[in-house]
Amino acid sequence: MKKLMQALIAVVIIAAVLFYAVHRLNASTGQTAGNTLTVFNWGDYIDAELIDQFEKETGVQVIYETFDSNEAMLTKIEQGGTTYDVAVPSEYTIEKMREQELLYPIDHAKVPNLRYIDERFMDLPFDPGNEYSIPYFWGTVGILYNTDKVQSEITAWNDLWKPEFRNEILMIDGAREVIGMGLNSLGYSLNDTNEAHLQEAKAKLDGLTPNIKAIVGDEIRMLMENDEASIGLVWSGTASELMWKKDNLEYVVPEEGSNLWFDNMVIPKTAKNIDAAHAFINFMLDPETAAQNAEYVGYSTPNKEALTYMPKEMVEDERFYPPADLTERLEVYENLGPEMLSHYNELFLKFKMHRK
Amino acid sequence: MESNNRAIYWVPYVLWIALFVVAPILLIVYYSFQGLDGEFTLANYRNFFTPVYLTMTLSSFWYAFLITLFCLLIAYPAAYFITRSKYKQLLLLLIILPSWVNLLLKAYAFLGIFSTYGAANSFLEVVGIGAKQLLFTDFSFVFVSVYLFIPFMILPIFNALDKLNPALVYASRDLGASSWTTFRKVVMPLTSSGVKAGIQAVFIPALSLFMITRLIAGNRVITLGTAIEQHFLVTQDWGMGATIAVFLILIMVVIMIATGTRKKGVM
Repeated sequence: MKKLMQALIAVVIIAAVLFYAVHRLNASTGQTAGNTLTVFNWGDYIDAELIDQFEKETGVQVIYETFDSNEAMLTKIEQGGTTYDVAVPSEYTIEKMREQELLYPIDHAKVPNLRYIDERFMDLPFDPGNEYSIPYFWGTVGILYNTDKVQSEITAWNDLWKPEFRNEILMIDGAREVIGMGLNSLGYSLNDTNEAHLQEAKAKLDGLTPNIKAIVGDEIRMLMENDEASIGLVWSGTASELMWKKDNLEYVVPEEGSNLWFDNMVIPKTAKNIDAAHAFINFMLDPETAAQNAEYVGYSTPNKEALTYMPKEMVEDERFYPPADLTERLEVYENLGPEMLSHYNELFLKFKMHRK
Repeated sequence: MESNNRAIYWVPYVLWIALFVVAPILLIVYYSFQGLDGEFTLANYRNFFTPVYLTMTLSSFWYAFLITLFCLLIAYPAAYFITRSKYKQLLLLLIILPSWVNLLLKAYAFLGIFSTYGAANSFLEVVGIGAKQLLFTDFSFVFVSVYLFIPFMILPIFNALDKLNPALVYASRDLGASSWTTFRKVVMPLTSSGVKAGIQAVFIPALSLFMITRLIAGNRVITLGTAIEQHFLVTQDWGMGATIAVFLILIMVVIMIATGTRKKGVM
């Protein structure tokens, strides 16, 4: 019985020590905020050399953490355990965070390099006047295809319904992307909330089922690289990364329209070192820095001045730097609210359950 | 003093059950009555009885049934041969060994093996059957799941068979029963507890499989587990996710009762 009591006491003590340790760790990131900056970004989404350079220039020590989905990031910021000073969410999440008052406004006077950003990417509906967010990268959703296997040219979403592509298409496992594609192929907006249009899009997508090989997540990179399928619905960054590795891949932004997305830098309410956060955002907007980062990451930079420092073949590639007349046809995801998002997901679930 | 002692021995157990079993289940039930705005609602339950979720439940059941059936068909003879073998312990170790490797790693390995230019297809080519699409089919989903779950089926059956007194089998044969009758009337009833334990260990987790459905079946197979994952991570509709979880728990309770070993031996 003594042993039992000892064991019990040990358990209680261990739990108490762990609680205390967590408390101390949280506090310490906050206390030393004077010289550290915690950056919360997508995986493999920055040239690590730039972090070193920033540390050298400013003397601020950077703690770099990564996430793999907007939702995961949002959950961590809502919980507020870690003092994230800068985060990089996508546009619809920024809208949500703004509504939930999870963001600090950005003082434009402390970010003079903002003048280098292309006007096209400023003052967008998800953050009017860029009060809370500064563009980091942007891109599109489109079709990546293998030119060895696909004989005809693909230019539109509707091309995917051709019977010759039976069992050849890989889709992203995302409700907004897939339902949005269905809506776009019918000429509707990918933010459409009209029930009749949504049902029509779902019925049209059901018709695509015989051509779909699988609906996958990030594995799509590996699968496309290994020629598992000849057509993939992907984000432009995935496409550019794969096209560096393989010559027989081609990327197209469908002519009916598609999604234009932005990842912007924000200062979440968890921030402690707001000055350093501004300094970091300003540093990332420096044309030379932005150019180096864009070359490393492979996504499209919104920094107009940075383009002059980048290789010509990269900047002139219309697949990744589409001209203004094409980007005008593209739409940004709007935050449709939780009910509509749930409805989109239910339609997507139904579509996934539709068998060949 | 004696009874006092006993009560204290219960404390860690009760604490554990209360904190890590009862509290989470109560939380799940609590969330299942919550709507998107945190209000109290029965809408999630109404929603569950729509064709989308009912078909999903049926398909989850169907695949879990297939997985359990194939596991059983392979595991029973395998366990039988292991009990008969000289190298019992070694063979058993070989069966358990794969379960030391992370489940996701194994799933990713199959992604390579079953791919268009993978090992399985190279083999089919050599044999002369020719390459087939293996990945993202029902076959690959059931195959990989069976592979993942089979140790959990073999172990309890092995234990039951190992405990079986061989004298009973000899006696049955001596008394004129054929080997089939012996198996049906002696071996099977005496090992049924192991089979039931194995079915529980396989069927219940198989009902809520989720990563495999995407990695190996390419979301061509949709189970309740997939839906829960989506509601918690994508739609953030925790209420609906919790409701599905409540039904999964109910289904599991029913299965536990149905396959539970009865106290009195009824033959």
